[in-house]
Amino acid sequence: MSDHLVLGTRKGTLLLDRTSAGWKARPIAHAGMSISYAARDPRDGTLWAAMDHAHWGPKLSRSKDDGKTWENLSQIAYPKGARFIEQHLPTPGKDASNDPTTYKDAALLKVWVLAFGGRDEPGTIHAGTLPGGFFTSRDGGETWELNRALWNHESRGGDLFAGDATSRNQWGGTPAAMTYGEFVPGIHSIVVDPRDGKRMLVAVSCAGVLETTDGGATWSGRNKGMLNDYLPNPEAEWGHDPHFITQCAEQPDVLWQQNHSGVFTSKDGARTWARVSKNDVGVHFGFPVAADEKDGKTAWLVPAIGDDQRMAPKGGMFVARTTDGGATWEQMRQGLPQEDAYDVVYRHALDARGGRVCFGTTTGNVYVSEDRGATWACVGHHFPPVHSVRFAD
Amino acid sequence: MPRVAFTRHLQRFFPDLADGEVPGATVREIVDELERRHPGLRSYLVDETGRLRRHVNVFVGEEPIRDREHLGDAVGPADQVFILQALSGG
Repeated sequence: MSDHLVLGTRKGTLLLDRTSAGWKARPIAHAGMSISYAARDPRDGTLWAAMDHAHWGPKLSRSKDDGKTWENLSQIAYPKGARFIEQHLPTPGKDASNDPTTYKDAALLKVWVLAFGGRDEPGTIHAGTLPGGFFTSRDGGETWELNRALWNHESRGGDLFAGDATSRNQWGGTPAAMTYGEFVPGIHSIVVDPRDGKRMLVAVSCAGVLETTDGGATWSGRNKGMLNDYLPNPEAEWGHDPHFITQCAEQPDVLWQQNHSGVFTSKDGARTWARVSKNDVGVHFGFPVAADEKDGKTAWLVPAIGDDQRMAPKGGMFVARTTDGGATWEQMRQGLPQEDAYDVVYRHALDARGGRVCFGTTTGNVYVSEDRGATWACVGHHFPPVHSVRFAD
Repeated sequence: MPRVAFTRHLQRFFPDLADGEVPGATVREIVDELERRHPGLRSYLVDETGRLRRHVNVFVGEEPIRDREHLGDAVGPADQVFILQALSGG
């Protein structure tokens, strides 16, 4: 069980503690600043927050004294010469198929997710960014380096540091980038294998899942079995829109993926995926997924009606839980609003730890379950819009 | 020598930041000097390509700078430079 939560919100970082009187929030940190992601490094207890400051640019902040003080760190920055192939939103009446390929210099728009290296890699921290970057720090966040093997991957045109594209770009933009007035890909999920920190998976909107087994020196697509509902070939290698992927900590070959086109699971470390959505029980669209740490067959979702509405189905929230690997899903509604609810839960805003499950919504509601999702209690209705929720012990 | 004035919002991150004289013949030279005096400040004003951040405004006198890509606008010895945050947010 975990007695602490860290929330990244539209108006700052919130630490919540479980007390005899229930969950209580401490005074907000980074007051007024949008925090795209916040989490605690389980190896040394450092708290991390990715500030998404509208005026002064994205910055990292960390606390080594449990949130009493925070220090702002040097900027994650793309190296000179880091370019990407520009994406253009479809324009009615304009045929873009013959347009020349154009390139753009990369500048950091957002740190979307942070992930901590293995127990055997002290000081190693990874960051997924917009536009489409995977950065690693080996010195506890003092300096960061762009992973060039992924940046130069053949699925995005090859080595654009060296010259023009040598292959077709398969990475599309994510609507999440349009907040910044751009249409670029983003990396929102990083899964580090607890058995071997050199084995990692990343998920890209919109491209799919890629794996490295050599610490980031080489990367391969891992989208076999994925299906999409919005391309002519539903089994295309690229073009998938994973919303979030996560792993069963004690059965690391079991993965879960909430995708734009349903819910998928893998039992073989992402070599193959299988769709386990059950539209008849309202499980299909949504953003987050949380996996049980011990039981690879148990996972939680917070479905939304979508993708045309993106809010709670029929005004009533529920958490969907499977305990049989996705064969069946239960709707858990006890303690959640069942009318006039328009909440949606972002991809990083659901977490599970030791039987406790917590999620926060865009409407500023935070709910905790102490019994594996069977019943829910509201921690507060008036938080800022919640971007991320992570248990923090 | 040009005189530079800052939005007070930047003092949250750089408590020692104060209005005053800063040498430079262009806005870029002034930002370079500010970075020397306050390491890290540049990344609050421009991104890693050197472009002025979308929601940051720099004025020379009462005129917003024209070269937001390279900050090449000329600054005279008697000019005042204002570094402000644009009106945006929610």
